[in-house]
Amino acid sequence: MALNHVAGKNKGKIMLYALSTCGWCKKTKGLLNELGVEYDYTDVDLLKGAEQEAVIKEITKYNPDCNFPTMVINSQKCIIGFKEDDIREALK
Amino acid sequence: MADITPAEIDRLYEKLDKEAASAGYNLNPEKAMTRELLNGLLMNQQRYGYPSCPCRLASGKKEADLDIICPCDYRDPDLEDFGACYCSLYVSKGVAEGKEKARSIPERRPSRDKRLKVKEEKKEATISSLPLPVWRCKVCGYLCAREVPPGVCPICKAGKERFERFI
Ligand code: SF4
Repeated sequence: MALNHVAGKNKGKIMLYALSTCGWCKKTKGLLNELGVEYDYTDVDLLKGAEQEAVIKEITKYNPDCNFPTMVINSQKCIIGFKEDDIREALK
Repeated sequence: MADITPAEIDRLYEKLDKEAASAGYNLNPEKAMTRELLNGLLMNQQRYGYPSCPCRLASGKKEADLDIICPCDYRDPDLEDFGACYCSLYVSKGVAEGKEKARSIPERRPSRDKRLKVKEEKKEATISSLPLPVWRCKVCGYLCAREVPPGVCPICKAGKERFERFI
């Protein structure tokens, strides 16, 4: 999977599944940038075919509805949607 | 793929703003967010050939994405329950007037598996004595009795393919 890496403070392994066209996803990226944390993201709408299917499967493990943005922290905690307070709390 | 120009966004903004106002809907007053979403709609139009919801993953098959062509089938119930559609392109009067704020809301669209199941189970109600079939706009609920559904919903401007036979 093509991962985009953003450098910053290490607050655990943060993986953000997003869509390039989605407003809430954009806000989530903006918040992570503002917090200055290190994270990876992938814009699932830009992936094709089997690669996209594989990522959908991966997201479904954490979020069966597979909606966006889905953020997974340390392959454990999952935050769905632009939940500003939850994100700030989780990355304190 | 060509980038969307600000002028294209302006044009769509004006069109949707007018349509929304005439039908009793409101666009998100947060201009940056609204423009972002319009950019997404134009992007999807370019990519898939129809303006599917910017905040949902389209399959690329129009038939399977009809429910998420903007305005989606879920807009009105979400406006009712949360004061905004899933993307927050459309908002309630309260949000439009700045009394409340739009936020990220739960997804109402059933998951892929569930959507397939519903399709199989669906049956039509019929009253055979009616002289004409009744068509229902799946976006806004508008009903009309005529041989075929209108090309465009007169209320919410959704396309003909968004109508279902109601009775
Ligand atoms: S009305 Fe539906 S499709 Fe359109 S932007 Fe809102 S949530 Fe997305």
